[in-house]
Amino acid sequence: MTRFLIPIFAVMLAAAPVHAVEPDEMLANPVLETRAREISKELRCVVCQNENIDESNAELARDLRLVVRDRLVAGDADDQVIKYVVDRYGDYVLLRPPFKASTYILWFGPGVFALLAAFGGWRFYRARAVPMVAAAVSAEPPPPPLSAEEKRRLDKLLKDSDGAGDPA
Amino acid sequence: MKKLIYLVPVIVLAVIASMFMVGLGRDPKIVPSVLIDRPVPEFALEALPDRGRPLSSTDLKGEVTLVNIFGSWCVACIAEHPVLVAIGKTGEVPIHGIAWREKDPRDAMRWLGRHGDPYDLVGHDADSRVAIDFGVTGAPETFVVDAGGVIRYKHIGPVTPEVWENTLKPLIAQLRKPS
Repeated sequence: MTRFLIPIFAVMLAAAPVHAVEPDEMLANPVLETRAREISKELRCVVCQNENIDESNAELARDLRLVVRDRLVAGDADDQVIKYVVDRYGDYVLLRPPFKASTYILWFGPGVFALLAAFGGWRFYRARAVPMVAAAVSAEPPPPPLSAEEKRRLDKLLKDSDGAGDPA
Repeated sequence: MKKLIYLVPVIVLAVIASMFMVGLGRDPKIVPSVLIDRPVPEFALEALPDRGRPLSSTDLKGEVTLVNIFGSWCVACIAEHPVLVAIGKTGEVPIHGIAWREKDPRDAMRWLGRHGDPYDLVGHDADSRVAIDFGVTGAPETFVVDAGGVIRYKHIGPVTPEVWENTLKPLIAQLRKPS
């Protein structure tokens, strides 16, 4: 079994995410390079759209990675670098949408819908449950009181079940 | 009256479905530009061999111009180019070119030799710095820049005769009108 599994795992390992960042792009300063990688992961590749520029092999993504590194070397803070790119491509390049008036619907929408659904569900079940109980109670007239004979049988049954064994 | 509440899910579904319908018709590749109504970025391109002075941002002030991003590697640019050449022949508006990311600047010159050269000034943007400053996401893209050097419009994708007649030409006429 292992004979088959080892090559399979080897292939899976080989297919693990390949990083698009080429060695020649990297900064000599490891602190700046780490920051560049973190920033790159927040920025959308405008060519391939669902990739961040850190993972994208598109040429424009590469050029953007280099711009990010240039800005860092020039002394920009992380948010200044991100603003630099947003100034050119808009909020669209941010993989995490910013929290502002035009995106409130995005952030609050799911919660509002969940609350509406919960409220709707509560209304629905309450509206159904209350009439059903009320209907059940009002539909059957109260049973007539027990006759003397019935009362005697009931007492006997209760007494027997106290331990006297099968009444039949 | 109470029955109307059963229509609410139908209405919600209709609203969401219509949003999706609109979304289906939209090209996700078209990224809205944030640069509209902003001044063109400061830039100075590299010269192409034997093509004279390269385009720089100062050339974009003084009159309404078109700025076209192209590349010899760009297939859609081949489709667009005859339209630009035709516009260039009418002399209605100066067209400037940005050759984007050529492996060899001579490729751009050969490409212009083969397909025609409608450009007033051209420059080469080898490392995308100018393209990024323009918020370019792919070639071809065409910007309309007004006489004050402010970007007024960006067309993504090939300029077709329809785009020229219906969008760019009227816009240029409007921008030229003394306000």
